[in-house]
Amino acid sequence: MAERSFKAEVEHLRKGAGSTFTGEGILAITKALLENGVGYVGGYQGAPISHLMDVLADAEDLLGELGVRFEANASEAAAAAMLAASVHYPIRGAVTFKGSVGVNVASDALANLASSGVNGGAIIIVGEDYGEGSSIMQERSYAFAMKSQFWLLDPRPNLPSIVKSVGDSFALSEASHTPVMLMVRIRSCHVTGSFACRDNQRPPLTVRQALANPQRDFSRVVLPPMSYQHEHDKIENRWPAAEKFILEQGLNERFGPLEGKAGLICLGGMYNSVIRALQRLGLADVSGNTDVPLYVMNVAYPLVQSDLLDFCEGKEAVLMIEEGQPEFIEQQLGAMLFKAGSRTRLEGKGIFPKAGEYTGQVMLDGLDGFFRKYAAHLLPDQVRAPNVPRPEIPDLSQTVPIRPPGFCTGCPERPIFASMKLVEQELGKHQISADIGCHLFAALPPFEIGGQTMGYGLGPASNAAFDGGGDKRAISIIGDGGFWHNGLSSSIGNMVFNKSDSVAIIVDNYYSAATGGQDIPSSRAMNATKSTNNPITKALEGAGVKWIRHIDRTYDVPRMRAVIREALTTSYGGPKVIVASSECMLNRQRREKPLRSQAVKDGARVEIPRFGVDEDVCTGDHACIRLSGCPSLSLKKLDDPLRDDPVAHIDQSCVGCGNCGEVADAAILCPSFFEARVVHNPGGFERWAASVRRRLISWLQARRAARRLSFTGAAPQETA
Amino acid sequence: MSIELPVTAGGKHLGQDSVIKIAILAVGGQGGGVLTNWIESLARSQGYSAQATSVAGVAQRTGATIYYVEMAPGDVPHPVFSLAPAQGDVDIMIAAEMMEAGRAIMRGFVTPDRTTLIASTHRALAVSEKMVPGDGMADADEVRAAAETAAKKLVMADMESAAAQSGSVISASLFGALAGSGALPFPRAAFEDAVRASGKGVEASLRAFAAGFDLAQHGERPQPAPAAEAPAAPAGPDKVLRAWGDLMERVSKFPARVQDMAVPGLRRVVDFQDTAYGAEYLARLQNVLDRDSADKGYELSREAAKYVAVAMAYDDVIRVADLKTRSSRLGRIEQQMGSQGKLMTLTDYLHPRADEIAGLLPARLGARVENSPKWMARLDRLFSNGRRIRTDGLRGFVLLFVLGGMRSWRRRSLRHAQEQAHLDTWLAAALGHLPQSYGMAVEVIRCRRLIKGYSDTHARGLSKFDKVMQGARMVAAREDGPQWVVRLREAALQDEKGEALDGALKTIQSFTA
Repeated sequence: MAERSFKAEVEHLRKGAGSTFTGEGILAITKALLENGVGYVGGYQGAPISHLMDVLADAEDLLGELGVRFEANASEAAAAAMLAASVHYPIRGAVTFKGSVGVNVASDALANLASSGVNGGAIIIVGEDYGEGSSIMQERSYAFAMKSQFWLLDPRPNLPSIVKSVGDSFALSEASHTPVMLMVRIRSCHVTGSFACRDNQRPPLTVRQALANPQRDFSRVVLPPMSYQHEHDKIENRWPAAEKFILEQGLNERFGPLEGKAGLICLGGMYNSVIRALQRLGLADVSGNTDVPLYVMNVAYPLVQSDLLDFCEGKEAVLMIEEGQPEFIEQQLGAMLFKAGSRTRLEGKGIFPKAGEYTGQVMLDGLDGFFRKYAAHLLPDQVRAPNVPRPEIPDLSQTVPIRPPGFCTGCPERPIFASMKLVEQELGKHQISADIGCHLFAALPPFEIGGQTMGYGLGPASNAAFDGGGDKRAISIIGDGGFWHNGLSSSIGNMVFNKSDSVAIIVDNYYSAATGGQDIPSSRAMNATKSTNNPITKALEGAGVKWIRHIDRTYDVPRMRAVIREALTTSYGGPKVIVASSECMLNRQRREKPLRSQAVKDGARVEIPRFGVDEDVCTGDHACIRLSGCPSLSLKKLDDPLRDDPVAHIDQSCVGCGNCGEVADAAILCPSFFEARVVHNPGGFERWAASVRRRLISWLQARRAARRLSFTGAAPQETA
Repeated sequence: MSIELPVTAGGKHLGQDSVIKIAILAVGGQGGGVLTNWIESLARSQGYSAQATSVAGVAQRTGATIYYVEMAPGDVPHPVFSLAPAQGDVDIMIAAEMMEAGRAIMRGFVTPDRTTLIASTHRALAVSEKMVPGDGMADADEVRAAAETAAKKLVMADMESAAAQSGSVISASLFGALAGSGALPFPRAAFEDAVRASGKGVEASLRAFAAGFDLAQHGERPQPAPAAEAPAAPAGPDKVLRAWGDLMERVSKFPARVQDMAVPGLRRVVDFQDTAYGAEYLARLQNVLDRDSADKGYELSREAAKYVAVAMAYDDVIRVADLKTRSSRLGRIEQQMGSQGKLMTLTDYLHPRADEIAGLLPARLGARVENSPKWMARLDRLFSNGRRIRTDGLRGFVLLFVLGGMRSWRRRSLRHAQEQAHLDTWLAAALGHLPQSYGMAVEVIRCRRLIKGYSDTHARGLSKFDKVMQGARMVAAREDGPQWVVRLREAALQDEKGEALDGALKTIQSFTA
């Protein structure tokens, strides 16, 4: 079960011609796939296209009705490889994953696919996770399109354009026998809007039908000498065919006047921010009608030379608006203009920064600079000489704390890293390598565990150099998602085969949690269409791991600490793998809360746990927070003149996971923590017994109070 | 609404100002998505075209995250909206937390020429603020001050508790504040319809909406000051009350500034032990007071009144047990858990260390035990796996109750002897700086702040305290000695391991050596 359910939205995917679809970009893409008679879809989750996978999963019934096969692939490589179905068969296929890291994983299959070429339209929908809010290294998928010679579309970020680009991609792919990568930027995936629907199409040839009469074509196999022919085919036939199609179908767009000394060239994905900057410069209206010639590349690769040269013809200068580096397009364009002996100046990087996202301000400054240089007369006076001085905004950089993402309240991974921190306090610092997933948050304060991350499922592999062991053992972390994605072979297989004397900790939270709680082979949930409940420990045994410890409740900090200690100190020389299992709290709460409140309504006996801190016992050292960082464990200032520092405080968002109590106990911190379990609908006897206890206790309390001074007024209040 | 655009009003393209740009800066999990959907459907229901974007994914796991909405009147043909907010180009900035408001200002999304800033003043502390051993909380007043200069219109109130009191979440109260701010050209009813249309928990959401709306219109009602420290006269047997009266009598003779601290100090000490102990406290205080002077404003005595009380009411097993078995505690917990009248179980996580147990023994015996590794090991084994005590159950309660009742025994315990010794040396060290350096005396007194916590934490605090005292001795003779002690103390509270402190000490050594 994914973090977000699209069951309701999916109904809109049934809409036919005449009706209008309103919603998120992700859903629009799905609808477009169905309207274009896709035969099979698949992919691997990851921001920003996680929701696309979730939508497809929730739409499985509809897909079934249309004879479309949906595969939740094991990795991006598996997804890309699935497109092989379109090599021989005239079936349209689409897979999706995250760029650029997903593309890295998929590149092997992509290169082979691009070499073979395709009969059916094959598209790869890549969520380009670049710039603000990105969770990965800053790179571009563009290079892969160039090196493998497949085409890259980067449509304008509005629903009609995105929907159109899906159809264009299929058509372009078929016209040029080349796979097409459709790139949607992180915000385009979640942008909302409307478009006019068309009827969904059954695939002319379904994958089932294709199985009935298999086809093969020797010339498609990537083997010499055919692979040499593929290379020539790419250059002599597929590329020209693509350029022809792009030109004839007008996939790239021009806006603004034909004439003009200074022109702009931008990628489709950047269109809106370019227009916004033009609006702010007084060079475009709200509807995007501009005073300057603008060439919009909805096809980022290949460039259509004739079309671009034609646009540049007679212009004093053009500005290439291209984010990131290297500036692949600017370089190609420069070569074109130079070889054509053009006198048009090419501007780009230099006016724009070489690195980093083109935010609104960067775009504004860039265009402003360009026009001041080449077409100052266009700029209204207010822009050329702003009469309003830039407002003085106070500097808060020393005040406002950074707020990076971290573990959710009650996260089962927190006690794992608390235990590791405790073990390191005993046995000293260790070499620790991290992986991709929520557990990577452990690299941040308060845990500061894990020095590097080399990729998904590569945590243990990235410790390979230390497999020989030494005075201390290397530790690596890997999530259950990464384990099934790539870890079992690349990390565990590597450890076993090389007799690694190091320790791997597998964080098993029942889901691919960081990407939105999608099911994976070891998920505990029952899934109608997928095979779950395949224990990681069994896979480890099968792979040849002898030393396996399974902890089925990560919140048991003493046990967790003992097992980690054992792994680091045991005389056993081979790979030591710890599987630490507890359900992702985000998903668990989503599942249990409704059931629980229903049970309370129905009068069933329900205990709801929550933790608390005795504020008069807590001394405000915050050691507990340095072993937790839980959002619900915060601070509170008491209005007690004798107190200097705020005390720990647990707010009502606590889900009673028990980490703080366990840690306070295991680390011998302090006696401030308590667990309160409110019992709903207790039984009659239970109520009676409780009241008896209560009466006895209050009698004792009254008795003592009578013999001493009691300062009831002294109970410290919370400061507002 | 009218928005001046200093940079854009020009060109022959009027009307760009008909686009309304709304950014929402929230902490992951605050429901910024819901708020965004409400705003979007509100705009559409009012015949506007609207576009919303967000950056979902890992960025939302408790981290700072941003949502963005743009809208334009329906008569504008095919408006082109931006997908991200730009500096100096935001009309309405909604910040779901105080520091996020600060972040919005930092990022240039709040400008005096156009931005209506709607911010919740509550704090969701960042890890970096919470993990500091001392007080690492960021200064909200700086953000407020910045907001007042940066925003064109400012709506600031605690939207979190406004929502909580209505049994809803902050997205609803913020939506209400947006309506109440009048920043959008839509009637209140339209906002409420948007909430109704969303279907889930409508009633609670509407209550929170109304609260937010009201806060935006009238601001926060000045809270009646929480029963200004008029601590109710203590209750108890007449004999003890008379003794207390005498003590208060003595305090009343102290200078006013000293009384401010001496009264709560006395309460703390007597509450910790008994009136006799309170008398000792006042005696110690008197001793300081005798060497203090009015022209210094009795600074020394005031600080002594505070820290001597803290030192005398140290955190031992007996005190913890006592505090955990008082009736006032149960009341506080029930109020915290909202479980009045409901049945509730209570489990306390206790894990005393061997030396805390040894501390309970009579001074001599305890000392011997403490010096015998064998015995300490035994005690450790005995208490090694922490105790989970059901304080709502009779067995658990009585155990703690008996422990808590050992106050009469306390004065004979090893821990008491140790604490007294430590207290006297510290006090002597402080007063030793008189009369030459009053400032040093005051700062040394304040260093008691470093000692807090239990077990390892307590040990760490002690070692930091010792280091600072050692540093204090090195700078004692210097003109700027006191400032150095302040610096050392603050360094000691910066990080757990005391790296900052060691650094500061090195600096001192460099010029004292």
